[in-house]
Amino acid sequence: MTKADENPAMPGRRAQYEAALRRRSMWVAGVSTSLVFLAILVLVPLAPGWEAVKKSFFNWGVFSKTFPGLLDAFLLDIAIFAWCAPLIALLGLFVAICRDIQKPALYPLRLFATVYTDVFRGLPVILVIYLVGFGIPGLGLPRPWNSPYIWGSLALILVYAAYVAEVIRSGIGSIHKSQSSAALSLGLSNADTMRYVILPQALRNVLPANMNLVVALQKDVALLSFVGPVEIFRQAGVYKSLYANFTPYVGAALIFLAITIPMTRFADHLMNKRRKQEQ
Amino acid sequence: MLSLRNIQKSFGDHHVLRGIDLEVAKGEMVCLIGASGSGKSTLLRAVNLLDPVDDGEIWFDGVDIAEPGLDPQPIRQRIGLVFQSFNLFPHMSAAENVMLAPRRVKGLSRAAQRGRVEELFDRFGLGHRIDHYPDQLSGGQQQRVAIIRALAMQPDILLFDEITSALDPELVAEVLDVLRSLRAEGMTMILATHEMGFARELADKVCFLESGRILEEGTPAQIFDAPREERTRQFLSQVL
Repeated sequence: MTKADENPAMPGRRAQYEAALRRRSMWVAGVSTSLVFLAILVLVPLAPGWEAVKKSFFNWGVFSKTFPGLLDAFLLDIAIFAWCAPLIALLGLFVAICRDIQKPALYPLRLFATVYTDVFRGLPVILVIYLVGFGIPGLGLPRPWNSPYIWGSLALILVYAAYVAEVIRSGIGSIHKSQSSAALSLGLSNADTMRYVILPQALRNVLPANMNLVVALQKDVALLSFVGPVEIFRQAGVYKSLYANFTPYVGAALIFLAITIPMTRFADHLMNKRRKQEQ
Repeated sequence: MLSLRNIQKSFGDHHVLRGIDLEVAKGEMVCLIGASGSGKSTLLRAVNLLDPVDDGEIWFDGVDIAEPGLDPQPIRQRIGLVFQSFNLFPHMSAAENVMLAPRRVKGLSRAAQRGRVEELFDRFGLGHRIDHYPDQLSGGQQQRVAIIRALAMQPDILLFDEITSALDPELVAEVLDVLRSLRAEGMTMILATHEMGFARELADKVCFLESGRILEEGTPAQIFDAPREERTRQFLSQVL
């Protein structure tokens, strides 16, 4: 009879060694992190400009006065995000499918999809927002069709759908050919094979990559401020001028982080889960 | 029922099928044997029209289905193919795997199919696994689901591409039992196989393939006990 049989709760030598190792590394990590934070807290206020920076960026009075207004303005960011995201998903999916179309009669769609993704992935987002956001209303369209909300959002949709399309296309490419062989061998059409067999697996595979785009989109909504909508970034600018103080920008940054950090964590979580499943 | 004439197929410079002639009568079971790379799988995929042939004729029920430009979809519905690596759809339950093609191709609703599908699962000893996902099933169970999936389209002929080669030895028997049961029922079948014992026991005809040709064909007794060709003898001495 071995020791383990007598007392199953007793950890083995390897487990004891690893537990000691873990305790040791947690202790080292804790100490070094505290030292770094302490250094920052002590050293930064010693900088010659610290008092000025503190007054203009970390002014509690300005912060508490402007924060509710910033939160209000952020609702507009969320609204823009909320109507853009589903349209991006639909357009991205459509473009991704168009790029793999084989039928000669539909070749124009394929050509369009290829040019589309090349163009919109090749341009800075802000440039597209300027061109679409100022250009199209400049045609002299009647209300409400001259709204910067519509055309600014369209610019975001165009750019992000191009990225989403590429992500989805890579997902389609990642599905082994034996899956479509199996579907076709049963007499399913090409379209049904794509819709019921390839796409569901492809979309699931690229969910984490698309989550990263969702986070990026949430941030890039702030770029619309350049063509008109008074969303949080623009509102922070208004407050900055009003109080001659930069603290509203810090407030806006905190609000963005409150949304984007949980989303980023969630995307990482999905990515890890995916990786574990593939093992 | 199925008649192949001078089937030719190349992949690039690689001439895989070099003039195959083969007759399969209704209710017959034909086994294709031969070394890896001899063209067995390519031949089956050609008959299912997954890899169209370069030249030759495939007469199926009075129609030459090797005709270039022919719509393969209605033909594939009548010629089932079961793969070595199962190729179940991992995002669907076993029952959904089976019901997808009849639903989309024949317009049979899930409710209309469920009873018959449950019968099939019961018959092959998988009644308790019907709503499991592929990754919850053993290899032998997955392959039986794949066979049920092909059967659910009620094909006239079933092709089996080395369907036990990816299985652990102890799981081979449960899959061969399914074939035995289909044989008893009179299903027309072509098998590419390395299961010589099984081929000898049940085949009507055994074909030995070598470098894309049928070098020798005959009853199991002829091929296994009295092969005429030296190459056949060599191959059999290696695998038996």
